[in-house]
Amino acid sequence: MPYTITEKILMKYSGRTSVKPGDIVIIEPSRIMSHDNSAFIIKKFKKTGVKRVWNKDKIVIIFDHTVPASNPEHIKNHDEARQFVKEQKIKNFYDTKAGVSHQVMMEEGFVLPGSITMGADSHSTLYGAATSLGIPINRTEMAGIWATGKIWLKVPQTIKISINGDLPKGVYAKDILLKILSMTKSDGATYKTIEFTGRSIADMSMSARMTLSNMAVEIGAKAGICTFDHITKEYIDSRTNEKYSPVLSDPDAKYEKIIRLDVSNLEPQISYPHKVDNVKSINEIEDVKINQAYLGSCTNGRIEDLKIAADILRGKKIKKGVKLVVYPASIKIKNEAERLGVLQILEDAGAKLMTASCGPCFGAIGSTLHDKQVCISSSNRNFRGRMGSPNSFVYLSSPATVAASCIEGKITDPRNYL
Amino acid sequence: MKINGKALKYEGKITDDINTDVIWPGKYTYVQISKEEMHKYAMENYDPKFSEKAKTNQILVVGKNMGCGSSREQASECLKYSGIKAIIAKSFARIFYRNSINIGLPVIESEDAVNSIKNNDKVVIDLENGKIIVNEKKIIEFTKYPEFVMNLIKDDGLINHIKNKNDKVKFNEL
Repeated sequence: MPYTITEKILMKYSGRTSVKPGDIVIIEPSRIMSHDNSAFIIKKFKKTGVKRVWNKDKIVIIFDHTVPASNPEHIKNHDEARQFVKEQKIKNFYDTKAGVSHQVMMEEGFVLPGSITMGADSHSTLYGAATSLGIPINRTEMAGIWATGKIWLKVPQTIKISINGDLPKGVYAKDILLKILSMTKSDGATYKTIEFTGRSIADMSMSARMTLSNMAVEIGAKAGICTFDHITKEYIDSRTNEKYSPVLSDPDAKYEKIIRLDVSNLEPQISYPHKVDNVKSINEIEDVKINQAYLGSCTNGRIEDLKIAADILRGKKIKKGVKLVVYPASIKIKNEAERLGVLQILEDAGAKLMTASCGPCFGAIGSTLHDKQVCISSSNRNFRGRMGSPNSFVYLSSPATVAASCIEGKITDPRNYL
Repeated sequence: MKINGKALKYEGKITDDINTDVIWPGKYTYVQISKEEMHKYAMENYDPKFSEKAKTNQILVVGKNMGCGSSREQASECLKYSGIKAIIAKSFARIFYRNSINIGLPVIESEDAVNSIKNNDKVVIDLENGKIIVNEKKIIEFTKYPEFVMNLIKDDGLINHIKNKNDKVKFNEL
């Protein structure tokens, strides 16, 4: 029988000799990640009556959402998690200085091709960039895994998205993903795996693949997997000595559907408030004045993203009245950006450098938005109230569009500055 | 297991793609709020009067892709602790669907039911037999839960389920 990557991994992990979409399987994940929500997971874990976690070495805890902790509640959450980490002897613990959890998971080599990596965060689909079955769950389920090591999963159908063509200058992985969202809408892949394939993916850096896999959840997907190749191998092998077995889909595997996209004429894309799939091409938009710009997040806060923005902002000044906040996705990225002079360029242009963390992306801390404020953001969601006031407006775009928009104080085509 | 209640349906308002940011805004996500207090913030960015309505109308009826976006579990919890006994939707986003089952809040996918039910209708949900009875007349069938999902609902969620089996903790026996 031919199988998809997802089916093969679930078959292996459930110990079955065959699986089909719709089957319920019980598996033990390879690695599980929780962040600042660990304090809440601990409370649920304690209610199960289980005293010790099932396997302390498979648990990774990384603080990123409420970093720096900005009120007594956040500090209390962190302290409770620190105490638990000590009690349970969890060694894979990253306190407030590492960066955005998904980025740190990848950088530290915790995500292996052919494995199942689960995170108590919706953007855990990002792990698909390393050809891992990266599946988002939440607090109760995470507590359940801590207690039992097991979780139930439905074997999903898979949608193949075949992306071909050379990306034009000024157009990036983010634009591809937004374009796909405009075609499929935000429930286009609900409960399904997306496999990103095609020549454009083969040409992509890991950073760009992470952008695609990360936002697969915005299409409703359970997982968003990029094919394993030499780029994946180099990335993983430079980070860990752990053994892994990469998995590829069989050529005649069954897909629920195949979507084909030629990107050779793709324009920069903008997602309008208050829905991620409310997408327009840059040449279709009217004047949209901005007050704030956000460069960062698990979607687009990597060195490649900061460099793209710096190339546009080099020697330029951000328009008066616009605030650009830069949140590198990890401390390693921040250090590299410093070494390469990227931070200096951004700061010279007037950007404010912030802590490596999630920042205002989900509206709880950092530079959140007030009534009527308009933000262009390299992050992943623009729902009403997402970044603060329910009366603010968030537009999503690539880092290049974010940077160009800062110069003109309105949403701007980055190709004018390349 | 039967669930009775009056329908809460937002007639004339878009109920597709209700995301978890409007159900439970991010600013409350890392604050420890007791279940007794959750109703105060439930659906804050969708309908600030929600919790008042949920006191009398406890079967929430919505459109497609219910609960899309962030995985925050409080989105399911705040509805449950506002008094919602079950949600009927045209479709659910995956994480919201799982979260709801895992905290013991029945979620039922039925386009038929959503199209038939009106606000204030009397609704009876027969979970084991996969039937929704509207105003004691119309019967709508839906796909029943697999047995172990039904058991999670009966145990009022995964945490209690594990606790009840704690002498063995064999998840395979689900």
